[in-house]
Amino acid sequence: MLLLFGKIGDYTLYYLEQAGRMGVFLFQCSWRVLTPPYRFFPVIRQINFIGARSIFVIFFTGGFTGMVLALQGYYTLRKFGSEGLLGSAVALSLIRELGPVTAALMVIGRAGSAMTAEIGIMRNSEQIDALECMAVDPWRYLMVPKFIAAVISMPLLTAIFDVVGIFGGYLVGSLMLGVNGGTYFQGMYQSVHWVDVEMGLIKSLVFGLLIVWISTAKGYFLHWERSGGFGAEGVSRATTSSVVLASVTVLVWDYLLSAILL
Amino acid sequence: MENEKLKDCPVSIELAGVEKYFGSQKVLDGVNLRVCEGTTTVIVGASGQGKSVILKHMLGLMRPDAGRVEIFGQDITQASARQLKVVRRDFGVLFQNVALFDSMTIFDNVALPLRERTHDSSRQIAARVEELLQMMDLPGAASKYPAQLSGGMQKRVGLARALALNPKVVFFDEPTTGLDVLKSNEIYRLFHHTQAELGYTAVIVSHDVPKIFKLSDHVALLAEGVIQGQLTPEEFQRSENPLIRNFVETTMGPIYSSEREEAALQ
Repeated sequence: MLLLFGKIGDYTLYYLEQAGRMGVFLFQCSWRVLTPPYRFFPVIRQINFIGARSIFVIFFTGGFTGMVLALQGYYTLRKFGSEGLLGSAVALSLIRELGPVTAALMVIGRAGSAMTAEIGIMRNSEQIDALECMAVDPWRYLMVPKFIAAVISMPLLTAIFDVVGIFGGYLVGSLMLGVNGGTYFQGMYQSVHWVDVEMGLIKSLVFGLLIVWISTAKGYFLHWERSGGFGAEGVSRATTSSVVLASVTVLVWDYLLSAILL
Repeated sequence: MENEKLKDCPVSIELAGVEKYFGSQKVLDGVNLRVCEGTTTVIVGASGQGKSVILKHMLGLMRPDAGRVEIFGQDITQASARQLKVVRRDFGVLFQNVALFDSMTIFDNVALPLRERTHDSSRQIAARVEELLQMMDLPGAASKYPAQLSGGMQKRVGLARALALNPKVVFFDEPTTGLDVLKSNEIYRLFHHTQAELGYTAVIVSHDVPKIFKLSDHVALLAEGVIQGQLTPEEFQRSENPLIRNFVETTMGPIYSSEREEAALQ
């Protein structure tokens, strides 16, 4: 019994400690993002990695999400005889909900895991220590470009996702299922307002920050991992847990933000 | 125990009563060490005694549980991250596993400290990197990646990176481990050459006894968590301290008896 309490206390302490570390980490990174010296090229490189190279994936997932939304929506709406609302249904669900969340999940899988692995390996092979010993700030050198790039890339990727999704929906709804194209877009124009776009924008900004925060911190604190952050397996475990944690956090925050913004 | 020369010299690094625990295990039990400016101090000792731990304390990567670590008279155990950064500007480090940035080319590896810490133009940086690689006998390696180089070449790149900013103190963590005799000699030659040229203070952690004695001004043995005397190589080999004596005999062989005599005794 005492052992059980001890274990519970042990776990609580560990997770509190980790939460504290993550908090300090976010503060340190944000502070450095806001203070000079500013670096231009590393940010561009990271935008290329996190943003530009994700466009293909975002195109595909966005297109098919829009298509399946139109397909499902059409059959549901037809029961009420209101196929004309298909455009607004597709657009609203994409812009407010599915766009930010799905794009975030894709970026976690593509760029988040890579960031954790990259920084984790650098931690493991003493490269981060080497940076510190050279009096090069590892936060400024490694994290800041990633933070800026993620916060810039996420809304743009989400916007692409939304647009492609809406056209995917048009493709299925109008060309395959015979909804009038004019009606599809007219319904969209009438029902989508700036608040909806704003909601998607805020969500994608927050998700971008959450993704880069969790992914980089998981790599940076590899040596503190409870399960042992050693060697290739340590990196693989940290990567897995960072993807899981980031995905769960994004979904939880999606609910919280929806509740606040609605 | 300390000789006169050691007391009067200008001190670069001083450790006083440094203690360090890993969990309940006491690794360092009151380490005292004094490194004079411009000299070479070698820390020897069996594996697992905490030699690298001492180095990490000097670098500020670990903080002691008790005691002081003074770098140029400044206690870094209480220093803030910013103060530590200032202290480290004078440091160059050659890590045990070299710790090159494996996703960057050799050129970028050596250029990194120059790019991050100076305001030099890219042309100046390129010239400096070229000069360093020449000095390390690494022509044509600039565009390769660390994994494409041999262990000895990686060490030399590490040395080039460590020396890029003309540091006042250079730390070497087992600079020749895993290299054959020729390659180790090459590293020692480069070390000797660069120290003569740049005049830096060197702290070397090494296993390569007795060869390393030739390069050193002072030898310190770490055993049982304590520095067992910091002596000149000659004094070290003649020391009466049983631990030092034991170390000298096991690493260099018994001085007064041949191998054959020893076999006959057993």
